[in-house]
Amino acid sequence: MIRREAGRRHAVNFVLNGRPCAGEAEPRLLLSDFLRHEIGMTGTHVGCEHGVCGACTVTIDGAPARACLTLAVQVDGCEIHTVEGLAPAPDRLGVLQDAFRRNYALQCGFCSAGILMSLDSFLRIHPAPDEAAIRDLLGGHLCRCTGYAPIVRAALEAAEELAREARGDLTHA
Amino acid sequence: MKPAAFDYVRADHVAEALDVLAREGGDARVIAGGQSLMAMLNMRLARPRTLVDIMRLPELARIERRNGAVTVGAGVRQAALLAWPELGDALRLAALALPWTGHAQTRSRGTVCGSIAHADPSAELPLVLRALGGEVHLRSARARRRVAAKDFFAGMMATTRAEDELIEAVSFPAGIGRCAFREVARRHGDFAIVACAAVKTGPGVRLTVGGVADIPVARDFPPLDGSARDDALNAFAYDLDARDDVHATARYRRELVRRIGRELMQEVLQ
Repeated sequence: MIRREAGRRHAVNFVLNGRPCAGEAEPRLLLSDFLRHEIGMTGTHVGCEHGVCGACTVTIDGAPARACLTLAVQVDGCEIHTVEGLAPAPDRLGVLQDAFRRNYALQCGFCSAGILMSLDSFLRIHPAPDEAAIRDLLGGHLCRCTGYAPIVRAALEAAEELAREARGDLTHA
Repeated sequence: MKPAAFDYVRADHVAEALDVLAREGGDARVIAGGQSLMAMLNMRLARPRTLVDIMRLPELARIERRNGAVTVGAGVRQAALLAWPELGDALRLAALALPWTGHAQTRSRGTVCGSIAHADPSAELPLVLRALGGEVHLRSARARRRVAAKDFFAGMMATTRAEDELIEAVSFPAGIGRCAFREVARRHGDFAIVACAAVKTGPGVRLTVGGVADIPVARDFPPLDGSARDDALNAFAYDLDARDDVHATARYRRELVRRIGRELMQEVLQ
């Protein structure tokens, strides 16, 4: 049994976007605040802080999760992915991000980090989704700018492109 | 919107979790997936002194089908039950209702038992447990007991669990195939304005309604049709004591109970 006392900072070791990472957290510190303020990764956004808006969605051990409904001390030993891990290089966008840019799937961008993380984990498991499945997944996010249609379009386009990549079909490139 | 301070305990054995609950009782809260409790902590509607994490206990992470029942341990996430290959055959009503339980992004963390422990009147899993006549398996350092769903839910977010008891598992009768589920919410995955489950019982139907009264309410109906059925549903809708709130009026909720009730009755009696 491990007991982490209130009011003290405790070591949290985890893997962030494929690299070992460590920080300190009081038991009450949310994963969202831990990532932003302790680790300095501010790509994960904080909206409602009760699990409704989806802006803070990250993946924990491959599954999408609300960082605001998770304690930093709970992810000790886990593998976390955040939006910072999507781009293959600092000057290049990932497939999903590029599809968002092409389709104007964001305006203010506040919700985008969470939506991208949900879609990224979803497309890994469901490489050929239909529109209904994408819309169902997006039900877990709120966007006040786009009306969702461009996001759905971007997701379907990205899925097609990822499928082409997986087949090794480079004629499009 | 940040939790008040608490000690965080990660139990390595069920006995350790029970020990903390025995010593600290009402000052301690069990956290599993945290998808209901974390929101309560963030809003400071819950201010426990100690949080006991039970998610690293492999003995609680099992789904078992045995002796005509499906037992779901306290560590089983909603996504894990939804992905269980036997779900459609063993627990059809849960297979119908789980896609309505939160969103993919919360089902990935939230547990089946946690939703039942939270006892939100509009949540789907308490409704399923009540509709099927399931049981809650409670365990403390003193004793173990099982409580029928109809005796477990005591009011809005209130249950008959004692402060030193852990919900170790819930169990559902297996193999009930003649059932149906429907829900109306503002957004798919949000809490239900009205959720309704129908289960075939002998010649008749049991309707169970969530989102209207403080707890899921079940009523058994004989096989009826026409105006006799509509009158019986109307009486049921009024007996639920619907209230107005920001999401819907009492009148709208009663109308949903009548309409969804009629559709589900027809579907299950066909």
